Amino acid sequence: MSNVDETDGRSTVSSSLPNRSAPASPAVTIKDLRKVYVVTHQELGARATMRGLVRRRKQEVAAVAGISFNLAPGEIVGFLGPNGAGKTTTLKMLSGLLHPTSGEATILGHVPWNRERAFLRQITLVMGQRNQLVWDIPALNSFELNRAIYRIPLDDYRRRVAELTDLLELGPLLHKPVRNLSLGERMKCEIAAALLHRPSVVFLDEPTIGLDVTMQHRIRSFIGEYNRRFGATVLLTSHYMADVEALCKRVVVIHHGRLLFDGQLAALVQKFTEYKTIVVQIENCQNNLATYGEVVSCEGGRFTLRVPREKTARITERLLADLPVIDLLVEDPPIEEVIERVFAQEGA
Amino acid sequence: MKPIIELYIQQFKTTLATMFAYRASLLIWMIGQVLEPLVYLIVWSLVSTASGGSVGGYTTADFAAYFILLMLVNQVTYTWIMYEFEYRIREGILSVALLKPVHPIHSDIADNISSKLITTPFMILVAVLLAIVFHPSLDTTSWAIVCFFPALLLAFAIRFLLEWTLALSAFWTTRVGAINQIYFVVMLFLSGQFAPLTLFPLPVQIASYVLPFRWLISYPIDLISGRLTLSQTLIGFGAQAAWLAVSYILLRTVWRAGLRVYSAVGA
Repeated sequence: MSNVDETDGRSTVSSSLPNRSAPASPAVTIKDLRKVYVVTHQELGARATMRGLVRRRKQEVAAVAGISFNLAPGEIVGFLGPNGAGKTTTLKMLSGLLHPTSGEATILGHVPWNRERAFLRQITLVMGQRNQLVWDIPALNSFELNRAIYRIPLDDYRRRVAELTDLLELGPLLHKPVRNLSLGERMKCEIAAALLHRPSVVFLDEPTIGLDVTMQHRIRSFIGEYNRRFGATVLLTSHYMADVEALCKRVVVIHHGRLLFDGQLAALVQKFTEYKTIVVQIENCQNNLATYGEVVSCEGGRFTLRVPREKTARITERLLADLPVIDLLVEDPPIEEVIERVFAQEGA
Repeated sequence: MKPIIELYIQQFKTTLATMFAYRASLLIWMIGQVLEPLVYLIVWSLVSTASGGSVGGYTTADFAAYFILLMLVNQVTYTWIMYEFEYRIREGILSVALLKPVHPIHSDIADNISSKLITTPFMILVAVLLAIVFHPSLDTTSWAIVCFFPALLLAFAIRFLLEWTLALSAFWTTRVGAINQIYFVVMLFLSGQFAPLTLFPLPVQIASYVLPFRWLISYPIDLISGRLTLSQTLIGFGAQAAWLAVSYILLRTVWRAGLRVYSAVGA
């Protein structure tokens, strides 16, 4: 599967796995990227409104306040942050839709906001359910339009449609008018349409939002597969930590437009949680385990304890020695909880 | 050149499929296209009959010819981009278009031509029916007919570029409706859509020579109606060439400025 022949000669990556031994130059470089919006305030009350007619109160808001990071070719990176953190603004700058207030970015050697055609042919941005597809006609028709726009040779096009149809199980969907598709079905077609020109840099803004668990899973594994097959560099935002855990070894976390963390997902958990969770199964809930750690819950003898990270081993040892333990499990807290804690700390 | 033709062909298929998804509204829209000139035709025929068969050099049969031709010229030259642009910006459709390695105007040109290829046979049929009912008189010459087609093509090109540029006002304001309204009123009177321009007072006529509207509607009609001398025809072509250049430069300038605003503020 690694041997994907690219007859149109556009792909910059020839094998599916990026060469780890010789570090290639980054696919994406971002340096001190800033975006400041000027926001006008509308005040309440008649007098304020009259005043506002003459002079509006203006305020500068830094949506992105100077962030820097690189993406290696073929890397999938999770781009995390609460609503309003500046994720979408960053993605829009990287795909050339927004001019930054200051800072630099290079993608495959291009400055995104110059919007050169050679650049646009190599990237894609999928934003929620924003439409690649024409609403009233079958998706296949929109695919054909994209084929013409991206000048995809017919043989390549046919092969890619077949491939995407197979991976995303598009089969019968392609011939129905888009408006008759369910949200999940439409999203699959949207993603396929956005990837027909086989971009080597892919920006995904909440690709699984609003979808049921099965559909989320399908799209998630498709993104992983696309990355593996074609060595595409992927920057992905998602509110579903399952997406991030399944796909991204590395995460970049931003909050209030600033970079909070850039590194391995596991290290994020290390850095921001001082606790681990011990789940211990004993006879019943009668025992008092408060001496071992904070009891979060107990159901049918299954205790969930929160203990300081550095004491985990010792407490586990004591539990096993002291109690008739049937089963015991040591876990990191769920990633959602970690992320929540990160933002809570920073917000305070 | 070939890839762009490919794009136009695909856009044609898309437009065709979309139009057939909305057959009923297509029909309603076409009736609207016919109704407006038909109302003016009937009104001016009545006025002309009441004034003893002629108004300002136009007989009842001349009015019939004028408004039937108007309907056809309008069919070829009109655009609907101004209704759509603000929606595109608001809904993020423009962003999707800007991510593509083709200027978005190509889709619009292709879409415009495609939908007209589909609706024009219907309009010609209507024109024939109206001709049977209203007995127009057309006093044309062979050179006028030859000149008519390039004049019509130029009129379409100018009108398309101008209205596309006007649609870009949506980059700066959300009150596009008001701007469109002003444009339509000015267009209605100064292009000759409401009445032949020779019926208007002198100042209006002078204004109509300076402004672009006359060259979009009235000029091709007058040309094929045999109302223009050769030198008037040449002046018309000169004016059209000048307006084509102006509207092209205007479009490029406004598009760039608009994109700067768009990429500064976002959608």
